[in-house]
Amino acid sequence: MAPSDSDASVAQPGEMAPGLAGVAADWSSDQRTFKNVPWGKAMMWIFLLSDTFIFSSFLVGYMTVRLSTTVPWPNASEVFALSFGGEPIPLILIAIMTFILITSSGTMVLAVNYGYRKDKAKTAILLLVTALFGASFVGMQAFEWTKLIVEEGVRPWGNPMGAAQFGSTFFMITGFHGFHVSIGVLFLILVARKVWRGDYDTEKRGFFTSRKGKYEIVEIMGLYWHFVDLVWVFIFALFYLW
Amino acid sequence: MAHVEGQQHPLGVYIKVWAWLFVLSTGSYMVDFFHVQGYTRWTLILIFMFAKAGLIVSVFMHFKWERMALSFAILIPPSLLLVLIAIMTIESDYTFLTRGTFFGGGS
Repeated sequence: MAPSDSDASVAQPGEMAPGLAGVAADWSSDQRTFKNVPWGKAMMWIFLLSDTFIFSSFLVGYMTVRLSTTVPWPNASEVFALSFGGEPIPLILIAIMTFILITSSGTMVLAVNYGYRKDKAKTAILLLVTALFGASFVGMQAFEWTKLIVEEGVRPWGNPMGAAQFGSTFFMITGFHGFHVSIGVLFLILVARKVWRGDYDTEKRGFFTSRKGKYEIVEIMGLYWHFVDLVWVFIFALFYLW
Repeated sequence: MAHVEGQQHPLGVYIKVWAWLFVLSTGSYMVDFFHVQGYTRWTLILIFMFAKAGLIVSVFMHFKWERMALSFAILIPPSLLLVLIAIMTIESDYTFLTRGTFFGGGS
């Protein structure tokens, strides 16, 4: 076996124990714990873990105020209904937004796949398509907010439909999520540009970290994007459907 | 570099999961559309929610193929949130009762 691998701290794949024994071995190896996981990916996962706690705090806070208020909670199904000329359809915009985000997750996962196959054109195009879906999601959210603020008169401190906490939790939670999507769109465009330029083929060093560009960055970007989708799954279920 | 180039899996897995996510989302939307209420509603919503979350994390985010040392490090800490949820449920129950007693059902 060629000992040329510069990642000398990584045990050879053959030596790695599977299952629970592997967990114990990896954590007690006196080497890096996350074998076969690039530095950037481990850091992204740790960031996502911290972000999980941020969103969970919001959602638990929402649960607390909703359970403790003696004023009836506005019916999300009616508040977020939209009519196209005829009868209002409940939650239709939210449903469309959900499908858009899922679709974007699909194009993202394909981008990661084509990235590892070093298919520059497909990867870049799929990343841009993902960004486009993300941008349309944010656009719809802006529309939803406008409708809620202007037509329904929802404010963070009160609304005509019921409990005042509805507005504050809604703007806080969806606002924070929308902010994540917006940052994701920028991140996607940035990565797409680098893929297109061939930075990950030539291992061009990043302007900030000076680390070599590799296609694993597309996967790391993907983790962030899927996380945003994941958070939406919880918001959709707990805020809009509950 | 000698080590394996990232996560490469057949596209079929992704397409299947993608389709399932659509089905499950439609399912949870239908729960609202057909005005399913009470315990059936909460059960269905939570099942759809966890099924979707599970599919995204395990396949799209590759936890199915990562080593357990990583997935445990990421998935176990959030389970502490259950404690927070339990505490806050008790606390908000208490707040609710107190409000009922002292504000006579007002805000």
